Amino acid sequence: MSISVRDVTKNFGHFQALKNVDLEIPTGELVALLGPSGSGKTTLLRIIAGLEFADSGTVQFDGKDITDQSARERRVGFVFQHYALFRHLTVFENIAFGLRARPRRLRPSKAQIRAKVEELLGLIQLQNQAGRYPSQLSGGQRQRVALARALAVEPSVLLLDEPFGALDAKVRQELRRWLRQLHDEVHITSVFVTHDQEEALELADRVAVMNAGQIEQIGSPDEIYNHPASSFVYNFLGSVNLFHGRIDNGTTYIQQTASDHLVFVRPHSLEITRQPNGANHFRATTKHINAAGPLVKVEAVTEWGAPVHIEMSQERFRDLHLVKDEVVFIVPKEITVFETGEAGSPGRPAAIPLAKRSAV
Amino acid sequence: MAGSAASSIRIAPVSGYVATKATSEPAVVRWLLIAAALLFLGIFLFIPLGVVFVTALHKGFAFYFQTFRDPDTLAAIRLTLLSAGIAVPLNMVFGVAAAWVIGKFDFRGKGVLITLIDLPFSVSPVVSGLIYVLLFGLQGLLGPWLIAHNIRIIFAVPGIVLATIFVTFPFVARELLPMIQAQGNDEEEAALTLGASGWQTFFRVTLPNVKWALLYGVILCNARAMGEFGAVSVVSGHIRGLTDTMPLHIEILYNDYQFVSAFAVASLLALLALMTLVVKSVVEWKSSQQLKQQALSGGEENS
Repeated sequence: MSISVRDVTKNFGHFQALKNVDLEIPTGELVALLGPSGSGKTTLLRIIAGLEFADSGTVQFDGKDITDQSARERRVGFVFQHYALFRHLTVFENIAFGLRARPRRLRPSKAQIRAKVEELLGLIQLQNQAGRYPSQLSGGQRQRVALARALAVEPSVLLLDEPFGALDAKVRQELRRWLRQLHDEVHITSVFVTHDQEEALELADRVAVMNAGQIEQIGSPDEIYNHPASSFVYNFLGSVNLFHGRIDNGTTYIQQTASDHLVFVRPHSLEITRQPNGANHFRATTKHINAAGPLVKVEAVTEWGAPVHIEMSQERFRDLHLVKDEVVFIVPKEITVFETGEAGSPGRPAAIPLAKRSAV
Repeated sequence: MAGSAASSIRIAPVSGYVATKATSEPAVVRWLLIAAALLFLGIFLFIPLGVVFVTALHKGFAFYFQTFRDPDTLAAIRLTLLSAGIAVPLNMVFGVAAAWVIGKFDFRGKGVLITLIDLPFSVSPVVSGLIYVLLFGLQGLLGPWLIAHNIRIIFAVPGIVLATIFVTFPFVARELLPMIQAQGNDEEEAALTLGASGWQTFFRVTLPNVKWALLYGVILCNARAMGEFGAVSVVSGHIRGLTDTMPLHIEILYNDYQFVSAFAVASLLALLALMTLVVKSVVEWKSSQQLKQQALSGGEENS
């Protein structure tokens, strides 16, 4: 079932949670709503679910306006961040809840309910935990039960609110892959909310990046990461070095003082050299080196006193024999430039003469 | 089904306060404090309680049971059971409704409503009784109209029931409110998205989650309903065999120098209180088990 959100606005008192949001989700897609806390992503999800109602705007399922329908009528599967399992019911009873709550004429027989629950227990690999209570399960198991419970009523869409937020890193990884597999099998239109960019990029077909009640950009993970539409998106996806800059005759200059352009450089796009490399460099002093992990992370301070982060391969690090408190030259290989406060022009890797330190 | 689960529950990490070496006191201090507490309890609780039963029985069991053959005494017991029997179920419904509304919804005037629920606690019971006299009494606001229609409230059973309801109103709501507030809306929302109706959600999700707190509130409410003296005294009129509840009857007997009978009835009330305490302890124990379970389910990983 396709979902379409049109021009939705929502206020909580004086706080504007959503501002004229539009979102189209075709049938069968897995979409992530990604953003910092307070960006309105959960509110948008709850409005789609019918747990919250928009002040203005419409929500449609398959072209049918369901703006005024209650959560009960919409038949969505909703998975809550803290699972919200019924603590006084067993795993089996939790999963069967939605089927048993149906009006008598629509309710499946006892045997049908049992068969359905057992099928779902198999799907979440918890067949032998059917008689247990939620308090006796681990966090990952609870989340899978919550998912099975939502799927039991055969919902038209699946909505997940920070589904892995309360889990530790390893369980989170496993569940993420498992959910992706599940989606590939069941093909139910799904929307999940997350503040973890890695999770969004890894799991989703498309990612909608939200900020301050608006969708900044929506696109495939590749588009979002490699062609960010705004400085916010660039900043939110991964670590970044931020410089003031200006553009003269199509050439970008990094400079010390604030101006009308911002220059973004990913830590892995900065190269450390021992020798000055023409004009395209600036000087910095290394302050901290972290060689644990696949990439070596170097923290340095530029000649004008700003902190800068550089990442390089272990190989390169060994070749350099880099030590702490050493003055090195830093060459930006790839930069992205945005006009301040605007969704700016896409950055282009240009020759970057270093501006005079006093330049304005 | 709860029994089978209880046997396999792991030891909960939640427990009462346990003194460590750093926070503990020397043995002498501990024993002195315990002795002081026991002495106090003995003088103010156990000895009076003992006196009640000893005085009630000091002319023998035959005399003791004779008291309960007196029609006035029996009428008093019946009236007490009747007013508690009406007040407790009503306050259970009111209390659940009030706690549900306050705990689950946000609305204007919520603070006022919470204060109003506490009102019977803060007002002297005598004043609570007087309210009804001023409202329904002969010289009261609705007095003339009630007389014209031949409805008796004050100095009659309805007044006693009303006063009991008023005085015992806060118990259920007060017990439930923190519980309902702490549990939040998540499970109700989950039930809603699963297609459950409002009633289904209430009876299958909300109520089972607060059942022990509800029972606890009902027990306290019942204890107070049976023991209420002040408010009932004002509206009762002390008509023997008609508007005397057990506490009022005890006073009348005592004032008539019928000490043994007075203490016999008192012992019955005390017995009710003791039974209430036992049931209350069982319920408390059960609900603490439930809380432990909830604390477990609130944690992230407990494998």
